[in-house]
Amino acid sequence: MTTVLVFLDHAGASLAKSERELLSLGASLGEVTVALAGDADQAYLDGVGAYGVQEVHRPEDAAVSEVLVAGKAAFLAETVRRTGAGIVLLGNSYEAKEIAARLGVRLEAGVITDVVGLADDLTATKSDFAGSYSVACRVTTDIAILTVKPNSVEAVEAGLPSSPREVPVPVDLPAAAARVTGRVDKPVSGRPELAEARVIVAGGRGVNGDFGPLEDLADALGGAVGASRAATDAGWIEHSAQIGQTGKTVSPQLYISAGISGAIQQKAGMQTSKVIVAINKDADSPVFEIADFGIVGDLFTVLPQATEEIRKRGL
Amino acid sequence: MDEATAGGLRIAVLVKHVPDAQFDRHIGGDDLTTVRTESILSELDEYALEAALQLVEAHGGPSAGHRITAITMGPAAAVAAVKKSLQIGADDGVHLTDEALNGSDASATSKALAALLRHTGPFDLVLTGMASTDGETSLVPAQLAERLELPQVTFAASLELVPGDSGWTLSARRDNDTYAETIEASLPALVSVTDQINEPRYPNFKGIMAAKKKQIEVLSLADIGVQQDEVGLAGSWTRVEAAAPRPPRSQGIVITDEGDAGVRLVDFLAGQKLL
Ligand SMILES: Cc1cc2nc3c(=O)[nH]c(=O)nc-3n(C[C@H](O)[C@H](O)[C@H](O)COP(=O)(O)OP(=O)(O)OC[C@H]3O[C@@H](n4cnc5c(N)ncnc54)[C@H](O)[C@@H]3O)c2cc1C
Repeated sequence: MTTVLVFLDHAGASLAKSERELLSLGASLGEVTVALAGDADQAYLDGVGAYGVQEVHRPEDAAVSEVLVAGKAAFLAETVRRTGAGIVLLGNSYEAKEIAARLGVRLEAGVITDVVGLADDLTATKSDFAGSYSVACRVTTDIAILTVKPNSVEAVEAGLPSSPREVPVPVDLPAAAARVTGRVDKPVSGRPELAEARVIVAGGRGVNGDFGPLEDLADALGGAVGASRAATDAGWIEHSAQIGQTGKTVSPQLYISAGISGAIQQKAGMQTSKVIVAINKDADSPVFEIADFGIVGDLFTVLPQATEEIRKRGL
Repeated sequence: MDEATAGGLRIAVLVKHVPDAQFDRHIGGDDLTTVRTESILSELDEYALEAALQLVEAHGGPSAGHRITAITMGPAAAVAAVKKSLQIGADDGVHLTDEALNGSDASATSKALAALLRHTGPFDLVLTGMASTDGETSLVPAQLAERLELPQVTFAASLELVPGDSGWTLSARRDNDTYAETIEASLPALVSVTDQINEPRYPNFKGIMAAKKKQIEVLSLADIGVQQDEVGLAGSWTRVEAAAPRPPRSQGIVITDEGDAGVRLVDFLAGQKLL
């Protein structure tokens, strides 16, 4: 049976949804073993064990995480050698993709990023050109390295929980590497992560500095708040909320676009959403070309009315 | 500190000729590669070039001995990306072109570029955009750093260089979802920059005229010591098996608010079982 190595970057209090998805996908492909770059609490390890994982590989030297990317790539390469893994699964964050990139060179293995579907023969599906193409591709080397987008598979626990053994892995840290000299945490919003959210309410220049009505609607729908680059550039909301070519690409069930014109770079991040709703004052906005439901109107009257209506119906 | 000790900087900026996103983009042919008509200098590489120009300007300008080389790989037409870079302010250019490169995936691309940088260098700093606007994998910068054994500072949202007795050090910031990091590395290093780092300048008339006199070196795989089968489809570790344009989204209903659009929106969501 193929050994599937799942890379988990830094452990949170419990397993994140996207991490559970990776472990499930791994279990459907072979025997899963885990490489974990940082420290973890027992609760997190138990969570990993719920997927039938027997071993969690950890770097012997904590400095792996103080070195940017290269250290984790070296750790992962060594773990693949020791476990004989034929498939390596990672998340799809910038950093995970970079680790995958360097791992590919170290192992002379093909890397496919942004995977949204994976067949038994490892044919991967992804979208290209900002969601306008669907592409099937395969790794042609013995080892396959895949970075998988959140929400691509259903998380299913193995039903045979184990207590994974921790296996220390010695790592030769690359001499020429960049050092992380400081880390500042960002405030947490309590809303779902953009990449994982079922519903996203996104605002652009039209919100004119006031995301309040968008936040209210997002909360009523249990959704996340996103933004166009115009809104993040203006400093109205964190850059990490940006959706688009140079921000996040998302595919929620519902994307509500408010006060966003729908420039090509913004569409690039959201046009694979299941249902798109757009609210814009300007009837000629390109966003209406792709909206399933468009409202020509003022977001400051439409959004609060919708939020109130949802609450009124007790939904 | 003494700028002279640290010496003149040689900066390589990688620039890519990519299909213009303003037009429909296509994958075509038997080998399912990108169709490259209507191509432009990748917008995301303009930020890397601007970063190079600003670093030079912050440390004494071109007269301090700094040199910016714009580097591309691709078919004959790809030289347009280098030419535009020269107009914007790069000092010289290099164009790697060879039939055998067609269809290279990230690993094959990074292999060719690493050999090219070794051949043309040494460089103190290799700058790239955060991703190409066509492949969008952002694998190449990290793979180049791995192949060239350079410290990697990717997705930099700010970048500064500090000259010192034992050479230059760089410091950068990068933003993650949950935290912002500050990064330090000594040169030589590889840096990819995001579109948060600066506001790229446009070529002006003077720059366009000056560019006509700047040198562009054209190289083939043989010139840089890379075998044909190490790159292109033969040298790639991944293969595209099928590509289909997604049906374009069609326009749905558009209504004009007559005072009840919020309620009608909720009706729509209920109808779609989205509540
Ligand atoms: C290299 C590059 C990368 C980029 N990457 C991204 C990216 O990742 N994401 C991104 O979003 N953009 C990106 N952009 C920018 C993109 O081109 C657009 O400039 C940007 O998306 C515009 O944002 P906007 O729609 O909010 O603003 P605008 O285009 O100014 O549109 C504002 C809209 O709000 C409407 N409006 C105003 N007031 C109201 C109101 N009260 N009620 C309802 N509607 C109202 C207006 O009619 C207008 O349509 C990128 C650009 C470049 C060059």
